[in-house]
Amino acid sequence: MRFVDEYRNEATARKYSERIRAIVTRPWTIMEICGGQTHTIVKYGIESLLPEEITLVHGPGCPVCVTPLEMIDKAIAIASRPDVILTSFGDMLRVPGSSKDLLTVKAEGGAVRMVYSPLDALKIAKQNPDKEVVFFAVGFETTAPANAMAVWQAKRLGLINFSILCSHVLVPPAMEALLSSEDHRVQGFLAAGHVCTVMGYEEYVPIAARYRVPIVVTGFEPVDILQGIAMTVQQLEAGRAEVQNQYARSVRREGNVLARQLLSEVFEPTDRAWRGIGEIPMSGYRLNRDYSAYDAETRFDVTGIEARESPLCIAGLVLQGLKKPHDCPAFGAQCTPEFPLGAPMVSSEGACAAYYHFGRMQMKSQI
Amino acid sequence: MDNKTIADRTAGLSCPIPITEYKSVLLAHGGGGRLTQQMIRKMFLPSFQNAFLEPLHDGAVVPFNGGRMAFTTDSYVVNPIVFPGGDIGELAVNGTVNDLAMCGARPLYLSAAFIIEEGFPMEDLWRVVLSMQAAARKADVALVTGDTKVVDRGKGDKIFINTSGVGMIEPGVEIHPKRAKVGDKIILNGPIALHGIAIMSVREGLEFETRIESDTAALHDLVMTMFQASREIHVLRDPTRGGLATALNEIAETARVGISISEDRILVGEEVKGACEILGLDPLYVANEGKLIAFVDPDAADRVLDAMRRHPLGKEAAVIGEVVDDHAGTVVMKSRIGGRRVVDMLSGEQLPRIC
Repeated sequence: MRFVDEYRNEATARKYSERIRAIVTRPWTIMEICGGQTHTIVKYGIESLLPEEITLVHGPGCPVCVTPLEMIDKAIAIASRPDVILTSFGDMLRVPGSSKDLLTVKAEGGAVRMVYSPLDALKIAKQNPDKEVVFFAVGFETTAPANAMAVWQAKRLGLINFSILCSHVLVPPAMEALLSSEDHRVQGFLAAGHVCTVMGYEEYVPIAARYRVPIVVTGFEPVDILQGIAMTVQQLEAGRAEVQNQYARSVRREGNVLARQLLSEVFEPTDRAWRGIGEIPMSGYRLNRDYSAYDAETRFDVTGIEARESPLCIAGLVLQGLKKPHDCPAFGAQCTPEFPLGAPMVSSEGACAAYYHFGRMQMKSQI
Repeated sequence: MDNKTIADRTAGLSCPIPITEYKSVLLAHGGGGRLTQQMIRKMFLPSFQNAFLEPLHDGAVVPFNGGRMAFTTDSYVVNPIVFPGGDIGELAVNGTVNDLAMCGARPLYLSAAFIIEEGFPMEDLWRVVLSMQAAARKADVALVTGDTKVVDRGKGDKIFINTSGVGMIEPGVEIHPKRAKVGDKIILNGPIALHGIAIMSVREGLEFETRIESDTAALHDLVMTMFQASREIHVLRDPTRGGLATALNEIAETARVGISISEDRILVGEEVKGACEILGLDPLYVANEGKLIAFVDPDAADRVLDAMRRHPLGKEAAVIGEVVDDHAGTVVMKSRIGGRRVVDMLSGEQLPRIC
């Protein structure tokens, strides 16, 4: 497959792996922001190709993992209503809420449907005028334009039985929150290529300068990741802290202007709680006044629902790179992919699930 | 006389799957992954315990008339019932024929039970019956008994089919997942993930244009060809739901051996690869209906491979890996770029990722 195979090429991957080995002189901790990157790192065994000086920390960029527990509970409350069809991306369905997940709601007779696009949810709303169709709009800047488009179209079509449960989050405020905490260990970032495809990368320039960290906008194929790491290490070794663009085949400095226009037409920034991390100022989107009629939270009056995380789960520390998943006392014991306590154990992009699978091999080889 | 209620009779027996974990059955309990395994191992296996069930093979191998007979059953609930490359009828025959073949048996007799939803068009039923007839003829098996039930509209989904089958195992053929041993070569007969993607391409809400067709096929003739080349075939398995990854994990766990495979030797067609990229699926976990994996003694591997490649269903057969003396119970794959990762069993259904 063109534009894919060349970025999964063993010889090219080896070249970057060797380059990293050649330039590294001391330990560096690098965070990949996006869950999609974590997925590639695990899927292709990229950590096994890196010198031991490099530590990768899996960042908070898995939308499934950072969606707060009370949002899941709100989705479950809405999905349990007989007049509602709740639609969602697939991997949100198995995330545990306070008492159950959305798949269980489905097993109990709730209308929960998996869709690939919010526009499919819109189609379902058109086909079921007697039902309220709700789309669970989670994700970063990447999924936001399509969700904005769904709401924009619903308004143009006068589709009154459609709404979204909006839990959008934004990358730069989360990076700043992380870098402002005193005990963070991150020295360089692989920024999320798809987020930057939408937003561009100008907003990262002040962050790199203020916190003295290199930020390399990086793609999602194994060769992308290795090249992104090589560029980051090169900056770190040279004492530089700049924004560089490894993913130039997709990312422009100004991003996708049309998508950004649509975002500001429909959404406005808001404070947002991140699962395990807490509230970060201006770190999310909500529907603005012109589109607030499409907000499922107010339409179904679930704004009052509150929830508490499992006290055992240290997901917040893991997502900030302060702890490794296997530092958690519940890891692999009370918390497994079958019975997750926290979201990072659910999604294949989640750091805990990734460690659960990868760590198993290391443990067994030592026996 | 037994006036006791079920609860009385089972007093003292507690459900082995704690009710607190799952109060009701989820779709994932039927997905072929870890939850299915858990239900089988904790509930069915201890309840029905016997020596023939215990191996948890595709079918049971039981003594018969001084020889050995294989006996299997499977239910087909595929949606939609007609898909590119086949339909539920053809699948119901081929699937059970394959389960027998994976026991090393020559399939002989099949039963068919139909659960039909009220209102199901007679014309569609006729189509299903005709394709079962054609598949049975092609596989040279006879449908010798059956049953029909009709349920109220809304209590079923068009049509469900159960088929059971028996077949005979020739002397010298010893197929068992526990026989996988260090050094065995693992052979796969062709490109994976065709069936699952073909189904998804026509599923409501997901329709996409593709030429991908299901690989549904009866594999027993290929298996017989393999046995003619060598009897040193230790394990056979058709990686249906849950895909190649799940089948390999089941064998690794049952035989307590490590399995090592190479990504670059596992064929995935370009269109399937593209569909998996778009849908966010890993082809290793996508269903097949005309594929088999064989664990073959290293000395016999070349002969078996040659024989497979001369058969229409094995033209693209290749050694994809081997059984190793390390990481027992675990499947490890060398990725295309040379990294290594654990290929785990899925916990539930394969859920498409957000990004």
